[in-house]
Amino acid sequence: MIIEARSVSKRFGDRLAVDGLDLDVPRGICFGLLGPNGAGKTTTLRMIYGVTKPTSGSIRVFGIDIEEDPRAVRARLGVTLQQNVMIEVLSPADNLRVFGRYHLLREPELSQRVEQLLDFLELRSHAGVPVRELSGGFQRRLAIALSLMNGPELLILDEPTTGLDPAVRLALWARVRALRAGGTTVLLTTHYMDEAQRLCDRVAIMAEGKIIGEGAPEELIISHLAPEAVEFDCGAREEAALLDGFSVRHRVRAGNRLMLYLDDATALAEHIRQNDSGDRRTLVVRPTNLEDVFLSLTGTSLEGGA
Amino acid sequence: MSVSLPHALSVWRRNAAMYRRTWMWNILPNFFEPVLYLMAIGIGVGAYIDQMGGLSYAAFLAPGLVCVAAMNGASFEVTYNIYVRMNFEKAYDAMLTTPVEPDDVLAGEILWALTRSCIYGGCFFVVIALWGLAPMPSSLLAIAIIPLAGLLFAAIGIAFSLQIQTIDIFSFYFTLFLTPLFLFSDVFFPLKERLSGAWLWVAEVLPLLHPVRLARMAFRGDLSPVVAWDVGYILVLSTLLLAWARRSVRRRLTS
Repeated sequence: MIIEARSVSKRFGDRLAVDGLDLDVPRGICFGLLGPNGAGKTTTLRMIYGVTKPTSGSIRVFGIDIEEDPRAVRARLGVTLQQNVMIEVLSPADNLRVFGRYHLLREPELSQRVEQLLDFLELRSHAGVPVRELSGGFQRRLAIALSLMNGPELLILDEPTTGLDPAVRLALWARVRALRAGGTTVLLTTHYMDEAQRLCDRVAIMAEGKIIGEGAPEELIISHLAPEAVEFDCGAREEAALLDGFSVRHRVRAGNRLMLYLDDATALAEHIRQNDSGDRRTLVVRPTNLEDVFLSLTGTSLEGGA
Repeated sequence: MSVSLPHALSVWRRNAAMYRRTWMWNILPNFFEPVLYLMAIGIGVGAYIDQMGGLSYAAFLAPGLVCVAAMNGASFEVTYNIYVRMNFEKAYDAMLTTPVEPDDVLAGEILWALTRSCIYGGCFFVVIALWGLAPMPSSLLAIAIIPLAGLLFAAIGIAFSLQIQTIDIFSFYFTLFLTPLFLFSDVFFPLKERLSGAWLWVAEVLPLLHPVRLARMAFRGDLSPVVAWDVGYILVLSTLLLAWARRSVRRRLTS
């Protein structure tokens, strides 16, 4: 295991930010920590790289107790923080050089590593431009490059694509996949479920400091809901008439929006269309995704098999 | 965890890399401050003063202003700059994702503040030497006092910066602490000719008084046993404040 966390809790005053968390991240996978803002994701990450001390419990990274030797652990991992931290008056190349020195890299290694990363994250075209003149996507790529200066075995990404446009997100995902293919273990947090589903081999869903569901994305979908979903607008009273006894595995309601989960959606869609006298409401038939699992687990809406 | 010098130096090099780009507007302007005082007060007001302690007024002013330059160099660094790096730029949060520890951050920043005080104090010393206000070779000893003054004000400033909750408080630090020190620490007039017995003892708490007195002794070329008290004051107070800062920086960066 790259990361082993055992009954880890963190208390800030009266608030329990992380509550009895157990986590195992095996080598070579991409692991996603999902959850709404304030779920305890960032605190969990900070405890893993040893900047926040757990109130109780223990964390081993690379088999080393993080509280015993944080320097040794951090020499082998890289962290991209939520906020880009870079020296705005310096170029990407100079920023990488400064960061490499925190890892005590020396010439000629330092320059070699800078050159490699300028290529790997496609920063070459703007390698000499002051960072403050770069776009958000460029800055985010540089932030990731910084955390790769030491060639980490474990890369921790805190909300890597928040606030970025779709093209930039796709490009970043490709880089993360390339790293994982090269053997780097990746631990990321996100509140984008599509990001988690596309990138992660395993995910853990966090709410109020606890892990409330964990597994491969497909596994989570099958075990908590069902592979297919039918989604449409309908009031509570219409619902009974429309379904008319048709049995579904799960239902989730968010306001006027009803989502039904079952193994085969075709029959249900047909059934609803027949019972839907005149209204011809729009039915969305789609594969169930992590967002559905997340909604049903965090209980942001009514949940029940009815 | 204790300080690792290579990691502390990597923090120092971060600042050095940054100031290599920005010294023109970050370092140069502050450097002119004591030069302007020397011209306005030393030459301008000094023209109406026959002599002060056996010297021309500009020559009286020179050693104190060397310490003021060192004080300013360290103070700008450990107040606004450190506060911004810590709270807005999150520079330390990024450092702490690497093997750099809070103690290294503190040590690196103090070393950098010392460097900046030496640049300010050193450049100002060159100015007054060229002006003929620094008696040679005795005044060369005053160069050793520049890093002492830098250390003292780096320690005071960083201990203060780690306690405050908002950046606005720094205006108090500068106008109600550093400026009065500047005006009442033996720089412009000899305190012992203006204050009566008991007040002279009270004045001994003023931090700037000690490096100024040391610099003045070096310029005059007569060292008295009071050197031990002045150096001791600087080293003991700096050590105590840095120990406090060390606890605070860990609390601020690792919660």
